[in-house]
Amino acid sequence: MNSWLDRIMQDLPEKQILTQLADRYSYSFDASFGEYLPEVVVQVKNKYEAATLLKIANDYKVPVYPRGAGTCLSGGPLPVHGGIVLDMSQWPQKIEMQAGDLIVTVSPSVHTADINKEAEGYGLMYAPDPSSAHVSTIGGNLAENSGGPRGLKYGVTKDSVIGLEVVTPEGEIIRTGGRTIKNVTGFDLTKLIVGCEGTLGVITEATLKLVPKPPAYQTIMVSFAEVRTAGQAISTTLSSGILPAKMEFMDQACIRAVEDFHPAGLPMDAGAVVIIELDGQPEAIKAETELLNVIMEQAGADRITIPETKEEAERVWHARKQVSPAIAKIKPTKVSEDATVPRSKIPDMLERLNDIRKKYHVEVVVFGHAGDGNLHPNVLCDKRDQEEMARVESAVEELFQAAIDLGGTLSGEHGIGTMKAPFMENELGAAGLDLMKRIKESWDPNNILNPGKIFPEQGQKLVLRDE
Amino acid sequence: MNNLQEIQEKVNYDKIFDCVQCGYCLPVCPTYETMEVETHSPRGRINLVKMVAEGKAAIEDLKDPIEKCLGCMACTTVCPTEVQYGMIFEGAKQVIEEHHVKSAAQKKVEEFVFDSLFPSAKWMGTLGNATWLYQKSGLQKLVQTTHLTALTLHLSRFERVLPDLPSPFERAFRKRRVLPDYKLRKTVAFFTGCVMDGVFFKTNKNTVELLRLAGAEVLMPKEQTCCGALHSHSGKGESAKELAMRNIEAFDIEDVDYIVNNAGGCGAKMKEYPQLFEQGTVWHERAREFADKVRDISEVLVELDGLTFTNSIRRIISYQPSCHMTNVQRVCEEPRILLNSIPGIQIKELERPDFCCGSAGIYNLVNYDESMEILDLKMFDVKDRRPDAVVTTNPGCLLQMKLGIERHGLQDQIEALHLVDLLIEAGPLPK
Repeated sequence: MNSWLDRIMQDLPEKQILTQLADRYSYSFDASFGEYLPEVVVQVKNKYEAATLLKIANDYKVPVYPRGAGTCLSGGPLPVHGGIVLDMSQWPQKIEMQAGDLIVTVSPSVHTADINKEAEGYGLMYAPDPSSAHVSTIGGNLAENSGGPRGLKYGVTKDSVIGLEVVTPEGEIIRTGGRTIKNVTGFDLTKLIVGCEGTLGVITEATLKLVPKPPAYQTIMVSFAEVRTAGQAISTTLSSGILPAKMEFMDQACIRAVEDFHPAGLPMDAGAVVIIELDGQPEAIKAETELLNVIMEQAGADRITIPETKEEAERVWHARKQVSPAIAKIKPTKVSEDATVPRSKIPDMLERLNDIRKKYHVEVVVFGHAGDGNLHPNVLCDKRDQEEMARVESAVEELFQAAIDLGGTLSGEHGIGTMKAPFMENELGAAGLDLMKRIKESWDPNNILNPGKIFPEQGQKLVLRDE
Repeated sequence: MNNLQEIQEKVNYDKIFDCVQCGYCLPVCPTYETMEVETHSPRGRINLVKMVAEGKAAIEDLKDPIEKCLGCMACTTVCPTEVQYGMIFEGAKQVIEEHHVKSAAQKKVEEFVFDSLFPSAKWMGTLGNATWLYQKSGLQKLVQTTHLTALTLHLSRFERVLPDLPSPFERAFRKRRVLPDYKLRKTVAFFTGCVMDGVFFKTNKNTVELLRLAGAEVLMPKEQTCCGALHSHSGKGESAKELAMRNIEAFDIEDVDYIVNNAGGCGAKMKEYPQLFEQGTVWHERAREFADKVRDISEVLVELDGLTFTNSIRRIISYQPSCHMTNVQRVCEEPRILLNSIPGIQIKELERPDFCCGSAGIYNLVNYDESMEILDLKMFDVKDRRPDAVVTTNPGCLLQMKLGIERHGLQDQIEALHLVDLLIEAGPLPK
């Protein structure tokens, strides 16, 4: 038996240590690609247990892979080098509202949507809204710096975090930031840890910023004959003095997929649809809706639909939510990307995607949070078809390069993980990537926390095929 | 059985690829909540089936996670990609069943339950003084021959919550056809079910009466048998198929508009009969015709709209839907519409009505401790509502709720009732 495993058995509650093959396989995957068998799964329920585990792992130089609910789309919790999966999902859930300070303190296992639900009771809102918010844990959202449709107006997870409690790779418990909105004391370690994908520390508590809950909402659905016109209309809107909470885009393939899956009344003849949500004071929204109507008409919209009731609006958003499952019906394997470009480059990016589709004969559909340039090109394929997957790999590589060429980024909200690691240098340059690496080395000298993520390994390439 | 191809066929390997491992099933899975590991979650189970089908794990590794699944199908209702978990699950059960990795105790219980109890004509109602599980004949014999004690099966606890049984006379002289007093609206055939008929005979009588009052001619084919749900959920696909064929024959009656049942689990299985037969075969077609006619009693009563309720029932009611009503039959509104048509009644919805009660066929016998953990969560929810009665639409749930009420010492405050019995109490009259 491994001596490090003996130490874990000695120092942590037996019930929280899983060594059976069935259990280990159950933590070998996430919502992205690949399956890696860990040697043990350890569930920790307080910061001392987390610190104990990391100290042992550091002593014995065993990799540790922190994991929330395992909804990650970039492979964050995958134990790519075996070792220990650190399951944070069973940690006791705690949401402590300090409504007067507009902040909330949460434990890492809390479901993200529950934070917002609790805040709403105080007339407040926790803004980040990844589509998996009812499943994913806030710990996972923090580690991956998750986004969501509301990112357009309210930013991604890092924009809502002001303080953290973290266990370092050497097993020390530290606090970063605090409970105040303004805080310029020293380096901003909070923002460094948020989005580190679990490579710098294990988050054990977070203090989050809340905003007033908007008193009113208005949904507007606009359809366009041409994708390019839709892209231009988005840019025009955002430079006209209106900042919608959400601006979502779907192309014709997505519209058709949704209508084939569960008809939702989307315009089948449209080349693209943009769904907008305005939030704020009722009077302001009314004025903005009128203005938006004019802008969209001038931008060449085919049809503008303004739902009058909450139920009608909910139907429109339901249709948007159906895109992801609906396109999965086209082909069984979905390579879901989140390459992001400056908003004005959306039309160019859509054109580049079209070229890629033709060049590699792959099925690419596009939807996403177009208002912030965060598109979700999805390549639909069948992972059992090796030849097709080889083409998909080339298509995805080119898609990443297109985003970088247009002044964009590899990832708008999913994180780098394993799949995008080989392209990091293209975006950051050798010196930029090297600096990041040196930060990682000084935090985690033995490279035990989530090794194999973010930083490419020697000769690493994008691989979507199993063998 | 080591042939991977054979395993892949049985577990519907191709359907596994519909699962994108998004994890949306996690928050609704009762066993993931109580057992706290992904091994006991829908996504984890599906992945393990895949691992076994690919030869990366052994059938033994799959046994515990699959056997601890309630089969409540709550995961299928929230699944964005519509994974057919039921088919994967039942396939996995069959693989385990054929691999013989069950414990001795479990096998004995199952043998008795499946081979003697459910398909038995005796249990189907002609034997008057049969009682659910723990009575003179079957179970005592089982206990003697297998050295199991009643204690290890916790049967005394189930026995305590059994209702009074009708006399053999009452059972023997049941009418096989009844006619409405006034206008004939529909002709229906009543599927009595085995537990419903053996244990809740009065509820079956009340069901027929409600249908009659609502304007239906009710036929009760004598040759009908167990629906096969429990067999199917336990990997005994062949037995389930045989039972299905017997029922399809028994209910092959001209001019019957609906085949009505009052047990959520049975109704769900019967609506799924076509899945038991290969597409394109005569039996598949017959099963489809049969399934198209299957309705829950609540669906038929709402459609007939032939009743008015004359007794005011001044009680607070919480409705505990049967999982298979909600997640397989997708019948959610009709029982609530009927409850709301009772004068004077106050409905308090549970916080999580769609969370399984832990009964799940014979799960509460085979996996007693796990079942009780889930039942306790249900009872905390019930206690928070403080109802006078909990209403259900399935015999297993009804027994389990009765057990939960006893277990939490609430028998003087809360009653568990089948919806049908409450409707009779409310004084139904033809409109």
